[in-house]
Amino acid sequence: MATKSLKKRDSDLANSNRQLEILSNGIFQNGDLPTFKAKISETSQFPLKAKKLEMLQINVGYMCNQVCDHCHVDAGPDRKEIMTRDTMRQCLEVIKNSGAHTLDLTGGAPEMNPDFRWFVEEAAKVGIKDFIVRSNLTIIRANKKHYDLPEFFKKHNVHVVSSMPHWTRGKTDKQRGDGVFDKSIKALQELNAVGYGMPDSGLKLDLVYNPSGAFLPGDQMSMEKDFKKALLDDFGIQFHNLFAITNLPISRFLDYLIASENYEDYMYQLVEAYNPTAVANVMCTNTLSISWEGYLYDCDFNQMLELPVNSKVKHISEFNEDLLKGRNIVISQHCYGCTAGAGSSCQGVVT
Amino acid sequence: MLNFLLSLIINTDLIPLAPLYGGELTLKILKMSKTYYDPADLKKFGKITEWSEELGNTFFEYYGKVFEEGALTAREKSLIALAVSHTEQCPYCIDAYSQDGLQRGITKEEMMEAIHVGAAIKGGATLVHGVQMMNKINKLDG
Repeated sequence: MATKSLKKRDSDLANSNRQLEILSNGIFQNGDLPTFKAKISETSQFPLKAKKLEMLQINVGYMCNQVCDHCHVDAGPDRKEIMTRDTMRQCLEVIKNSGAHTLDLTGGAPEMNPDFRWFVEEAAKVGIKDFIVRSNLTIIRANKKHYDLPEFFKKHNVHVVSSMPHWTRGKTDKQRGDGVFDKSIKALQELNAVGYGMPDSGLKLDLVYNPSGAFLPGDQMSMEKDFKKALLDDFGIQFHNLFAITNLPISRFLDYLIASENYEDYMYQLVEAYNPTAVANVMCTNTLSISWEGYLYDCDFNQMLELPVNSKVKHISEFNEDLLKGRNIVISQHCYGCTAGAGSSCQGVVT
Repeated sequence: MLNFLLSLIINTDLIPLAPLYGGELTLKILKMSKTYYDPADLKKFGKITEWSEELGNTFFEYYGKVFEEGALTAREKSLIALAVSHTEQCPYCIDAYSQDGLQRGITKEEMMEAIHVGAAIKGGATLVHGVQMMNKINKLDG
């Protein structure tokens, strides 16, 4: 299990251009597999266009207390990219003025940003319909100063979405690091204790499942049933929904695919599972991703590949909903990850 | 038969041992690129319909229905398929249902137990014929 980010290790794959090169060459260049552009053109869905903005996803920094094997952000304790309070202020202006009904804070571990609590307090005042924080759970147990996070989330009616790769210790720790499973279980129990995830509770607690290796997620509803039964039987834990998310072939997951000689087979799996119906609902069509520096992207994955929005508006300071609407979404072969099977987004399946 | 065994050698990490078989034979081994099983053939399974469309389509439609949720869950069916894949010793099926199990979140322990069920039935099926042997021996020599 790695303890440092690709960036810290000076890996080739820390370079987004190198990743894009890999995704465009080889099996896609020699015609073994169709490019994503060619594939969506078959059903006249190219160019993919942004619809009405519904969700703002803000990445408040790449610092994280974990170094998960498959992290598409290449997050870790050694990452120093952190959103400043000034950029947060610019985001708040946009949250107030945009038509988006969902605000989604992600990272890294968003809680590690020193201005995280200030930002949540200010953003909660805007009264957005659904205010999500993507918490990795272990952060709640990582340091005494975070122990009161369940209460803090409750106070601001934050919708907590947390990663949980499996209901068994072995599979979880293999992907996310030794000890992660036990800490996550403890954190979930603490969230349950303040009311999160209980059947009739308005305090929403959802879990994210993503596969621990080079395979696609199974049926979201069946997995949710299995997760609910196992977590309740073994640990008395309850939660609302499970989001099954496909791993996209970028950053550390791409590194893993190449190192384990699974890259080509995985791309075949994604292309074979391509579902044109999912294309209509991919998250980039109603979401805007904002980086720690305030730059705008079609999604968090494009942010990591440094593929900015195709618009005159490039930064949160220049935000203009009308100019961004209808823009052509920037695509590459990683997009197959969101259109495989039932489709995949930060909210799980899309069909 | 010899060629078949040599093809198995080529399919394993034992290929450096091939020169041990001598000059001409070594050349023959290295020239042999065809094997009975190629993992890439699994992707071509659907092509069987090309030579018999109606029967092929009927089979795949039936196959799809069999694995839908029913009185048994799709998860339970996946484990049965994995066990049968082993008793049938079908490498394509083993690849397919190992991956299918992972995708469904089935644990390694559950998968291995399912294979033991198959192995127990295989072993039992052999041994229960021992009764037939005993009957015959008792009749002839009782």
